[in-house]
Amino acid sequence: MKNLIRLAASLVVVLILLLCSAAFSQESDVELPEEPAAAEEAGPEALEGADIIIGLEPAAEEVPAVEVPLPSYVTVSDLPNDDGTGIVVEFEKAEGETEALTYTVSVGAGPDGPWQEVGSFPATKKWKEEAGHYYPAFFWFQKGRAGVSNNIHLFTIQNLSGNVPLETGVEYFVKLTASLDGANRDYPEILSATPEEQWFDTGRTNVLILAVLFGATVLYFIARARRDPNLFIRKISGLDAVDEAIGRATEMGKPILYLNGMSSLADLSTLAALNILGRVARRVANYESKLTVPCRDPIVLTVAQEIVKAGYTDAGRPDAYNADDIFFLTEDQFSYAAAVCGIMMRDKPAANFFMGYYYAEALILTETGASTGAIQIAGTDASTQLPFFVTTCDYTLIGEELYAASAYLSREPLVLGSLKGQDMAKVFMMVMIIIGTLLMTFGVVFIKDLFKALG
Amino acid sequence: MQFLRKQFPVMLAFVMGMAMFIREFVPSKFSEQLYYGFTDWAIVIVGFSAVFAILSLLHHHMNKVRRRVEGYGYSVITILAFIQMIILGLIFSVRPGTPAGWEYQWLFVPMQATMFATLAFFIASAAFRAFRARTWEALALLLAGLIVMIGRVPIGEFISPHLSTFSDWIMNNPSMAGFRGIILGVALAQIAISVRIIFGIERTYMGGGD
Repeated sequence: MKNLIRLAASLVVVLILLLCSAAFSQESDVELPEEPAAAEEAGPEALEGADIIIGLEPAAEEVPAVEVPLPSYVTVSDLPNDDGTGIVVEFEKAEGETEALTYTVSVGAGPDGPWQEVGSFPATKKWKEEAGHYYPAFFWFQKGRAGVSNNIHLFTIQNLSGNVPLETGVEYFVKLTASLDGANRDYPEILSATPEEQWFDTGRTNVLILAVLFGATVLYFIARARRDPNLFIRKISGLDAVDEAIGRATEMGKPILYLNGMSSLADLSTLAALNILGRVARRVANYESKLTVPCRDPIVLTVAQEIVKAGYTDAGRPDAYNADDIFFLTEDQFSYAAAVCGIMMRDKPAANFFMGYYYAEALILTETGASTGAIQIAGTDASTQLPFFVTTCDYTLIGEELYAASAYLSREPLVLGSLKGQDMAKVFMMVMIIIGTLLMTFGVVFIKDLFKALG
Repeated sequence: MQFLRKQFPVMLAFVMGMAMFIREFVPSKFSEQLYYGFTDWAIVIVGFSAVFAILSLLHHHMNKVRRRVEGYGYSVITILAFIQMIILGLIFSVRPGTPAGWEYQWLFVPMQATMFATLAFFIASAAFRAFRARTWEALALLLAGLIVMIGRVPIGEFISPHLSTFSDWIMNNPSMAGFRGIILGVALAQIAISVRIIFGIERTYMGGGD
């Protein structure tokens, strides 16, 4: 019996020893590099996933400090072409700049701070070559030009923290800090600049030159028209039809409906529509017909009343003028459309004029007018609504024809002269488009920037 | 009196027009203040002009009711709706949940949406008229319209994957070129009309003829 017990105890001890050895062999089953030198060569990636490293001594060398690159120079100056509320930090691309490098700009009231962080950006962003805005005329020849690489960082400061704008005439100190992998390095010099306001935006020099040039051309042709009033202006069939439409309404004994568009008097197309209204009112007064002008804008209403009254007076029929025929409907877009459609359906005007700027209600108005059988003349510079007008109206004044209409109807040499000037400007634009297309085709791209406002 | 009616407005138009033109090229604070000052004036003028608008509206509709012209019932409804909205607005304000707010939300907005929705039917009838291929130009319009329409719906992609590309090409090239031509012409015409108004050559807008 004792022998049996001894045998069983021996077996248990052997079993325990076997289990222990098996467990030990499992724990040390991690793949190790064959040589410590090989492990060093393979780098830390080779040891990834190892929970316990047995037999590998820790690296004897210390981790080297991160080298944070800094730009070779930094300048801080007043922001050009602004209202005196900005300064600009410029610095050359540092050697060894990577995506991981970040620049932080801080502003202080004095050279020793306290510093307010006003912006932080990665080294791959904020290039002067891509800025354009605020930069003077000579910059056009660099901006976005093919082959020009990004070399200069540019950071504009217009607000302190809390959106507090910079003050004109106050000196601000700027500190630039570069950060890489948690290590920071300040540019050794603290620089300063004072925001100053400018009285001419050099970024818009090209706009000024072209505007003055076009204006002078128009004035020149007006002066020329004074000397030689026999100017040829091409036929605009939509305007030739104005007399026909008014005559038809008179014959039928029905009113004429005139709309000035949906915009306010601040819109030039409304002014053009009112100019045409003056001519139309004069002819309506001559024909002794009735003119209805529903308005959407109160100021347009008062001006339209004055214009129609003057038209009737000029035609020698002030007695025929009725102020109630020029009235206010509503400022709401679709309520206005509904009200005008109601007028069309009830009064059945023989001629409808849609001049000025229109939005989505254009088709509702003109389709209703077409369904009543009225002769319809439209004139708009709303390019999105033009297809609807062309489809539903008998005549459409497209874009610039709306602005030329007043001059065309008046036949006055002075006003017609301005049309000639406008045409000359158009010729200039066409020549520039052809030259520009050719130059761009052959890779000369600066001409594109000559016609771009930078301000 | 003649000076106030004729010369003074022309002088004012010249001074203001030139001031606004020069302001475009002056980035200083003074230029900004000048612009906002004039904008504030415009807001004040618009506020006063609302009175003219209300008087015109009431006068126009009351005249219709007085003379019993055809459809004067609509004018009665307009006047009553106008008066009750003012009364409700003054007593309960016009915030959501008030009677005026309720009328706005549940009467005015649905009616406005209804009016906008009718546009779909008008587009259908206008398209029917535009797409009658009676001339070569109308045929070209019809074809371009069909390609653009089919290219923009899923069935176009199902018919041919090139349809949507061709549709985009039509919109981005011939159509865009046409639009840009119009915009260029409009911009030049606006410069010309501005010069005419600033220098007092075009005076029709003053209501005094020439």
